[in-house]
Formats: sequence, C-alpha cells, structure tokens
Amino acid sequence: MSVMETFVTPVALKTKLCAEHVSMVFHRDGKTTEVLNDINLEVGDGEFLCLLGPSGCGKSTLLSAMAGFLTLTGGHIRIDGEVVRGPDPRRIFVFQERGVFPWLTVDGNIGFGLFKLPRRERERRIAHYVKMVGLQGFEKTYPPELSGGMKQRLEVARALAVNPDMLFLDEPFGALDSITRLIMRGELLRIWEAERKTIIFVTHDIDEAVQLADRVVVMSARPASVQQIVTIDIPHPRDISSPRYLELRDGIFKQIGLAHRI
Amino acid sequence: MTIDQPRRWERFFWPVLVCALLLALWHYCVIWTATRIFPSPLDVERGLAELLRQNVLWADIGDSLRRVAIGFGAAVLLGVPLGLMFGWYPAANQVVNPAMQIIRPISPIAWIPVAIIFFGVGDNAAIFLIFLGAFFPIVVSCTDGVSNVPSISRRAGRNFGLSPFHVLAKVVFPAALPQIIVGLRIALGIAWLVVVAAEMIAVDSGLGYLIIDSRNSGKRYDLVVAAMLLIGVIGLALDLAFRRLEKVKSVRWGFRDES
Repeated sequence: MSVMETFVTPVALKTKLCAEHVSMVFHRDGKTTEVLNDINLEVGDGEFLCLLGPSGCGKSTLLSAMAGFLTLTGGHIRIDGEVVRGPDPRRIFVFQERGVFPWLTVDGNIGFGLFKLPRRERERRIAHYVKMVGLQGFEKTYPPELSGGMKQRLEVARALAVNPDMLFLDEPFGALDSITRLIMRGELLRIWEAERKTIIFVTHDIDEAVQLADRVVVMSARPASVQQIVTIDIPHPRDISSPRYLELRDGIFKQIGLAHRI
Repeated sequence: MTIDQPRRWERFFWPVLVCALLLALWHYCVIWTATRIFPSPLDVERGLAELLRQNVLWADIGDSLRRVAIGFGAAVLLGVPLGLMFGWYPAANQVVNPAMQIIRPISPIAWIPVAIIFFGVGDNAAIFLIFLGAFFPIVVSCTDGVSNVPSISRRAGRNFGLSPFHVLAKVVFPAALPQIIVGLRIALGIAWLVVVAAEMIAVDSGLGYLIIDSRNSGKRYDLVVAAMLLIGVIGLALDLAFRRLEKVKSVRWGFRDES
C-alpha cells in the first residue's frame, strides 16, 4: 500500500485539503460505533479525487466532515492550512438531486447562494450557469417538472454559481439511470476541466471512480481507513476499453474484495 | 383523453344528482311522516327568501365571517411564529409540549363559560373561542412542518453561508409551507365550526345566533335548517378558497396532483 502512496500525481499540485489522523466515533442508544479510523489524506489543488467503498463504509461521513457538517472526534481536517470548523460557501456540498429546493424555480435555485451580489451581476451569473448545464428554456420551471438528470445538473449549477474552490459530491449520480449517469459524468468532467475546482467525489461504483478521478482512494470496511490510493494515469477523454483502464479497474476491484472480503 | 378521467359534464352531473336525490328523500320523508315541526325543502327555501327580504341575513353572515377572520387571523399571527419556533428549537417544544397537549383536546365549547368570565357576553368571547379552536392545529402543523424539513435542505442553506435566521426564512419556512397550509386549512374549518357554537351562547348576531333565535322565538325550524344549510355552503366556499392556495407554484410540489 505504501508503494502506491509514493506515486506522484501527474500534475505537481499544492495541497488543498489535508486530513490528519481523522477518526470519528458515533454514540447512539448506548452503542459506540467507530466509523472512521485514523485517516490521513492529502488532496491537491484542482485535483479530482474519488473516495471509493461500498455503501455504509463511512466515506459519506468523511465527506460530511470535510464539508464541515460533522465535528470529528479525533484528528483534524485542514483546507488551505485552516482547520475546518463549519460549512463554508467556498466549499459546496452537492447531494443527490434531492438537494434542489422544490419551492424555487431553476433561476431561483441557481441564484440561491448569490444573495450578496447586486441584482445585475446575479442575473448574469444565473444566465451563465443555466447555459453551462444546458437548462436554457427551463429558467422559470420548478424542479418537480424536471427529470432526475436535469435536477442533478441544476444542483451542480447552484453549487458552481457561488464560485467555490471545492466541490464535495456525495454519490451525485446514484439515483440516475445508467445512460443519464454516463452523460452526467462527461458533463462533470467538462465543467471540471473548464473551472478547475478541487472535487472530492464519493462513489461505490468502481467504473465511475476510474473514469473520473485523478486518484482513487479505496476505503476499507467500517471503521473506514485508507486501504490504498490508486493514481489513474490515463488522460481524458479516457478509453474505457484500453488495457490500462481495465488493469487499473481490476486492480481496484481486487483491492475492494480484500478490503471487504467479498 | 384517458378512460379514468371523468368527462367535464360528469364531474358536475353526478354530485348535483346526489344533492337532488337527498333533497327528494328529505322532501318525501317530511310527507310520509306527516311531521308538523320539521320543515320540507320548500319551507326552508321560503324561510330563506324571508330572511333575505328582512335584510338580516347578510348582517348575520357578515358578523360570523368577521369573527372568524379576527379569531383565525389572531391564531395565524400567533400560532405560525410559535410553531416555527418550537420546530426550530426542539428543546423549547419539549418544555411546552406536555402542557399544550393537555389543553389541546379540550373542546373550545368547554371554554365558553370561562370565555364569558374573561370577556363578558359579546364579540370578544366568541372571537376568543375561535382563536382557541384554530390556534392549536396551527401550532402543531407548523412544528411538525419544520421538524420534517429534510436535514439536507438545512445543510444546503448553511453551506451557502446563510445566517440561522435566513436559513429559517429562506429554507425551513418554504420547505414546511405545504404542511403549514394543510394545518391552516384544518384550523379554518374548525374556526367555522366553533363560530356557530360560540354565537349560540355568547353573542346576539351571526348564523349561530340565527339558529338558536329562530328556535327560541316561535320554533321556526324552517329558518333553523336554512341557517344550517347556509353554514354548510359558506364552509365549503371557505375551504375551496383556501384550496386555491395549494395550487400556488411555490407550494404545489408538496401536494399530490389531483387534477
């Protein structure tokens, strides 16, 4: 495992996020559950990182802690050198499509975080991101009338509109059908290449991780720890039938099997 | 056009037919039983015309509606913020809830003697009773509405840097609004039930008073039943008017589409 960690990422990046000895213990109904166990991780600026592990392993907990929604019971997470103490508009958490506000139109949702901007600037930004995620013509539509993929794009647009430098995505495409999911992955990569945000993306889908990420962090079963970090050294757009892709994917598959005894 | 969708004329025809059948049943029951006390539909219709001629009916309707408007309005103004607060601070709710749950099941009718001690015989006593009837359902629906707001909505609000007050105003309140509207509708229905009861005892105007007065002064059961039907029709109108709120686009997501 240490061999993999010494790999240098393709682009030499300055550290954006740094997790040091992160651990998390939940106490509920007199029971103690250890969810995260001594996690150490560095994420470069502008990097696309996937946290990979089966459902319930604790990767979403780690992501919530990075976004500042949970208080750690041990260790700390630094972003730009500062310890994370709460949510921050510079780092937006994207839920599955359920995160959009059904009482606001597409415009209203995208403009939600822009309340500090003067009106004209707000409208300009809204128009820009409506276009970026391809929702033109739906500006005055309410989310219940949108498809799952459109809602997901809307939520990504709402996050991007406040110009954050990090995005946390928690299985964002999990509820979509497989074709929409493929399209959305392409869209996300296109947006990431255009805006170069640091993205931390939680998924339980090995293919998704290998298609998207610069590096894949394979998490162990609960209590989650970092099992292995795999650098995906294939340039975009990735050929998902190339030998290197299959080699990396199968390697991770084996690693997951070891980590979770499947 | 789907088969399940009733045709336009059918949507009106069948309900009207049911009403007509009930009226006919009523009419023939009066004839068969040869009652001298209970009025037939035609008697009621004549009684209604008489009330309209005497110009008292509109004043009575107006008085009842006015009392409901004030009592219900006060319950909304007080109940909504209080309910939001209880939902927002569960600790406050835990402290106050047991006392509220004891007071809540007491029918506003049981409060009538107390209301008369507090406010004397008059408008204020009746309005107080309406307020009581509407207040608790509003508080409860607001509290539940707020606590049912998904945590991801609150998180999203916090994530975008909103202050706690703005999270409440811009996320929690609109998210809870459909449930609050349901609570308001139930409360309005209760207010309309209570006003009639209150007017029978505490005041000398309004539809409730019309009923009790028609009975007491000459056993005019035609007027009693006329007033009853009016109460039903106005109650229906209030409910339908309120239902229009559910069609507003920013809350429609919270209701099942019935069209």
